[in-house]
Amino acid sequence: MTLKEIAEILEGEILCTGDNEDLEITSACGSDLMSDVMAFVKNSAMLLTGLLNMQVIRTAEMMDMRLIVFVRGKKPDPCVVEMAKQKGIALVCTKHSMFVACGLLYSHGLTEGGNHP
Amino acid sequence: MSKGVITLSYEINANDFQAAGEASSTVKKKLKLLGIPPEAIRRASIAMYEAEMNVVIHGNGGVMNVEIDKSKIKMVFRDQGPGIPDVGLAMQEGYSTAPDRIREMGFGAGMGLPNIKRNADKLDIETVIGKGTTLTIEVNIND
Repeated sequence: MTLKEIAEILEGEILCTGDNEDLEITSACGSDLMSDVMAFVKNSAMLLTGLLNMQVIRTAEMMDMRLIVFVRGKKPDPCVVEMAKQKGIALVCTKHSMFVACGLLYSHGLTEGGNHP
Repeated sequence: MSKGVITLSYEINANDFQAAGEASSTVKKKLKLLGIPPEAIRRASIAMYEAEMNVVIHGNGGVMNVEIDKSKIKMVFRDQGPGIPDVGLAMQEGYSTAPDRIREMGFGAGMGLPNIKRNADKLDIETVIGKGTTLTIEVNIND
């Protein structure tokens, strides 16, 4: 699933495209707890979250995640978008809730990127 | 690089959440440039980012020293915080003393030290109440 397809499914707005617009996303993780993302995500290139701060970008960077979707209609500050651009990370915002956004992507074939103990 | 060892050092400021993670980001870039295997980079990145956040949140600031040689990435974090009264308790998943403002940022869920341990090949914690904590983390490169 490409960035463009994900944005269409979520009726979202692409805030920045990252350094690879053709990136193929095969799994996703939805969480507002960044430590949980680092604890349980193994091979996910995409994060869905309701948090909007710098640490979301940092966490994605540390985990080699290339796309972050902000749910519940929230938009990050320009400085957060700028940091994502510097790191080559794509950003999308959607009006959908976390539950609905995850459900829409799952029903279109995206699977979990977790690695539960 | 002397004797095949690269050393890096960074200051970490207390409660500076704009810069928090910058040291880890810089080290991660260097590890990539050095051609370290991705799995070792991933484990070192998670461990050092969690440790850096701990210094920012709990440690009243401190320093991060990194040594990279052929066999391992060694990261030492020295903070000036209150120390950890019960290390065993702090190592339990879900135990946290972080205030609400930290939880609102997505941290303070009690996964920091467990995450560090999970990703480290060796973890040593020295803590003195009222003086600070030193965390020594090693991630092997040639597993």
